[in-house]
Parts: sequence; structure tokens; C-alpha cells
Amino acid sequence: MRITFLFILLNIFVFSGCKEQNLRLTKIYGEQITITDSIALNSEIEAYIKPFRDRIEKDLDSVLAYAVDTYSKKDGDYNTALGNFMADAVYSESNPIFKSRTGKDIDMVLLNHGGIRSILSKGNVTKRTAFGLMPFENSIVVVGLKGTQIDSMMYYLSKGKRAHPVSGLKLTIDKNENILEAKVNGKNIEKNKTYYVATNDYLYNGGDNMSFFKTNDSLYVLDYKIRNALIDKFIKLDTINPVKDDRFTQIK
Amino acid sequence: MKRRDFIQQATAGTALVTLGGMGLQSFTTLKKTTKITILHTNDVHSHIDAFGPEDGRNANKGGVARRATLIDAVRKENPNTLLLDAGDIFQGTPYFNYYGGELEFKLMSKLKYDAATIGNHDFDNGISGLYAQLPHAEFPFIISNYDLSNTVMDTHTKPYKTFIKDGIKIGVFGIGIELAGLVDPAMYKETKYLDPIETSQEMTRILKEDEHCDLIICLSHLGYQYKSKKIDDIKLAKATKNIDLIIGGHTHTFLKKPTIVKNIEDKNTLVNQVGCYGLNIGKIDFYFDSDKNKSANGTSIIV
Repeated sequence: MRITFLFILLNIFVFSGCKEQNLRLTKIYGEQITITDSIALNSEIEAYIKPFRDRIEKDLDSVLAYAVDTYSKKDGDYNTALGNFMADAVYSESNPIFKSRTGKDIDMVLLNHGGIRSILSKGNVTKRTAFGLMPFENSIVVVGLKGTQIDSMMYYLSKGKRAHPVSGLKLTIDKNENILEAKVNGKNIEKNKTYYVATNDYLYNGGDNMSFFKTNDSLYVLDYKIRNALIDKFIKLDTINPVKDDRFTQIK
Repeated sequence: MKRRDFIQQATAGTALVTLGGMGLQSFTTLKKTTKITILHTNDVHSHIDAFGPEDGRNANKGGVARRATLIDAVRKENPNTLLLDAGDIFQGTPYFNYYGGELEFKLMSKLKYDAATIGNHDFDNGISGLYAQLPHAEFPFIISNYDLSNTVMDTHTKPYKTFIKDGIKIGVFGIGIELAGLVDPAMYKETKYLDPIETSQEMTRILKEDEHCDLIICLSHLGYQYKSKKIDDIKLAKATKNIDLIIGGHTHTFLKKPTIVKNIEDKNTLVNQVGCYGLNIGKIDFYFDSDKNKSANGTSIIV
């Protein structure tokens, strides 16, 4: 009896002991603090970051090539020198990778006009130039599309009024945006043939309403960022002097 | 936060929710009040430097060195502070391209983050890329609904962790987003995604019943809210119990104030998210009273 009593007492003691505080959540106060320049820099953290930052700055600013002029995505209605450069770079840098993996060649490249994020300035071209043109992490994918889907793409391009960068394609439209000529690799589009189109993962996933990528035969993920293709192209070229041509034009 | 400020806030027309009676009156009968401060970030995306003065949207905002100053000040004011991150630490500036996340983890360690969960972009260099940076992280990764047992991350994350601050026990668990369709399977490899609601129910049971936590926090990378049936922080809050705070991420949602959601027991759960890129830091103070006054008083939420 006495032991039981002690046990009960002990139990009460332990129980009330651990619950002595009888904690109760009474109030919650929430706020959001914006990090502005009115907050001082922590000098120790700043000093720690500096060598990391300096190395990046130095590398980003190391000269890879020279641009003979300033190029903008606004320098043309249906094709621009800058867009042509980017689409051609994606073709030339990714085709060897695609070919070594599949034995096939890329037929054409389609990027989006909105994906050109800066101008390419006259003078030294650096990695920073590539980060400016393509700050996003989009990667190159190759999509197998039937001729019928290529036709949908041609229709999309003909009505888009945008200089979406293309390579391997010849598209001519009239003043009413009717297609006069549409050729891939210099040949007419065959409805049942599979064409291998290099683009980026954003567009493949329906970006810029490019829904024609959805119905496809196959997808090849190259694990190769657009930006890295541009950097690799810059390294290979001494001089950047792309031109506007007749790959995508409107006859007025 | 000083009481004066709190009253100012309350009278400034911000939302004041009092439940279960006259919560504010209980202040006069307090024996001891303990304040737990939760500081949180999400989707910092390698934004180590502040945005430049030329930036169109976020000029002169953000930056780790300034965040450090702010965190120091909050900790000085209240040592009972936890600093948490809701994922997507990686990807977004050349710092990630050049160093693979090393500097992000080193700085978070210097800022003494207490824990982080894993976001989809933290797989951007593959699960092996995440694993490779772990030696630089002096804080645990908490993720409850990814089964990583067949990956290199096995044993390097925790399903939950408890912290004790001035006698208050805080349980933290982590919920990640479904990776299929969002991240290349070659990146996340054999990471298995488990149901967020079921996992949360299991975690809150453990943290409440087994660990006897006074405060339960979910670090989530599900996203704030989707119109579709896709699970989000709001749906998670509604479908669960015993979660006091969901710290969200993924959708880069800038909330003016935390959202108060009624959970499955009709009790309040707070959902918060502070945008992205280290532009903001969330600060939630939880006040606990130790009193022997058993009268049923509610919790005031001032946001």
C-alpha cells in the first residue's frame, strides 16, 4: 500500500513537475523584413565573399572574341544578325553531340525572340556577354517532329510577327502572312518524315505557345546549356560578325 | 518585439485574430513569457550579392552580407531564435555555375542557419552535385517525404529535428515537391517522393505525441497555392493538424503577411513565404506563457 501510494505520489510529482510551466501559446506576431541598403554590410561576410566574387568577375571578363559591331534582337522584322548567330551557334555546337549519340543530324534550330536577353556590344566578347544574352539555365533539347508538326511550326512562325531565331530553315511569307516557301535544309517539308529540331527545354515545354512541340516522336536531352553553347562558340571564333540574311523574310 | 510595438501594430489596422476568448487580458496574469523567433528565407537561388542599383525591379535589395547584419540584430534581441530555409538554395547567379553551391552552403553556415529543406533546384547539379557540397553545410537538411535510401544522400538528411530554446521544444519537418515532370530523372535518380499529407500526418504525430513538441514547423517546398488539385501549402495546412507554421517556397510568392488557414481541427496554421532571392526575411515570434491559470485563453495572431 505504501509503495503504491508513493508510486502515485511520484507520478503526480513527475507529471506536474514536467508540466509545471504549463506552457501555452498566447500570441503570434509575424512580419516581413526587406533587406535594403539601409542595413549595413556585415564586413566579415563581405570579406569572405570577395575572393569568390573576384575570381568570377575575372573569368567573366576574360576576352573570348571580338564583335565588329553592336547587334540587337530589334535589328530586323523576321530575322536578325544576333538571332541568326545564336541559332547557328546552337546548331554547330550541339550537332556533333547529337550525332555522336544518335548517328543522326539536327535538321533545324528554333529558339525564341524573347529568349535573347541583351544586346551583343561591339568590342570584346566575354563570358559575361553570354550570361547577358542568356541569363537563364535553359538547356538544349532535340525533338523529333513529323512534317505535319513542322507545318504547324511554319504556320506559327508565319503569323507570329517575331524574329524567332532559326537555323536550317528557309521561310518566306507574303504581305498577308501566307507562306510562299518553307524548306528545311533546302528541301520541301514531307509530312511523314521525322525532322530533328534543336530548341530549348522552355520552348519544348510549351513556352511562347509553341504547342507544336507537344506532339513529337522523340526527345533527346543534351545536358548542354544554351549559354554554354554560346560560350563555346565565342571561344572558337576570333571575330563575331553575323549577318541578317534571307532565312526568314516577308515579301511586301 | 516590444509590447508597445505590438500594440501599435494591432491598432494600425493589421489583422488581429483572437480565438477562444479574451486572449489579451491574460497578459496581466503572466508568470513568465518566452518568445521564440523564427527567421526564414526561401528560394534564395544563389543570390549572394545584393541586386545592383540599375536593376529594374529589385535595385539595391538583398545580399547575404546585409542579411547577416539583420540576423545578428534579431539574435541579439532574442537568443531564442531559429533560422530556417525552405529550399532552392542553388541556381540563379554565376556563383552557382562557378562553385556548384559551395559558397551558398558556406555562407549559410556562417549565418548559422539551423536547418534547411531541399528544393527542386537543389538537384540542378544532380543528386551527386548536392551530395558533393554537403561538407560545406554545417546545418542539417530536413526532408520527410523523399526516400533517399537508394541514393548517395542516404543518411545525410533527417526526416525531422527538434530544437530546445529556453525550455520550449520546437519540432521541424520538411516537405519537398514532386520531382517527376519538374526535374530530369537523371538528376534526382532514385529519390522516391512520398505523399505530403500522409507524411505530414506521420511527422506531426511523432513530433506531438512522441517528442512532445510545443511548436511544430513544416519547411515546405510545395508552393503556396495552385488552382489545380496539385498539393500546395494551403491544401497541406487544411488537411493536417498540429502544424503551427508552414514556411513555404517554390512559387516565389511575395505575401504581404502570413496567411492564417484553418486546419482539419479548425485550429489556426500560419503559412508564410517571403518571395525569393534573399530580398526579404520572414520573422515570426511565438509567445509562450507559463502560468498556472487554467482558464481557457486563445492565441492572438497579429500579422
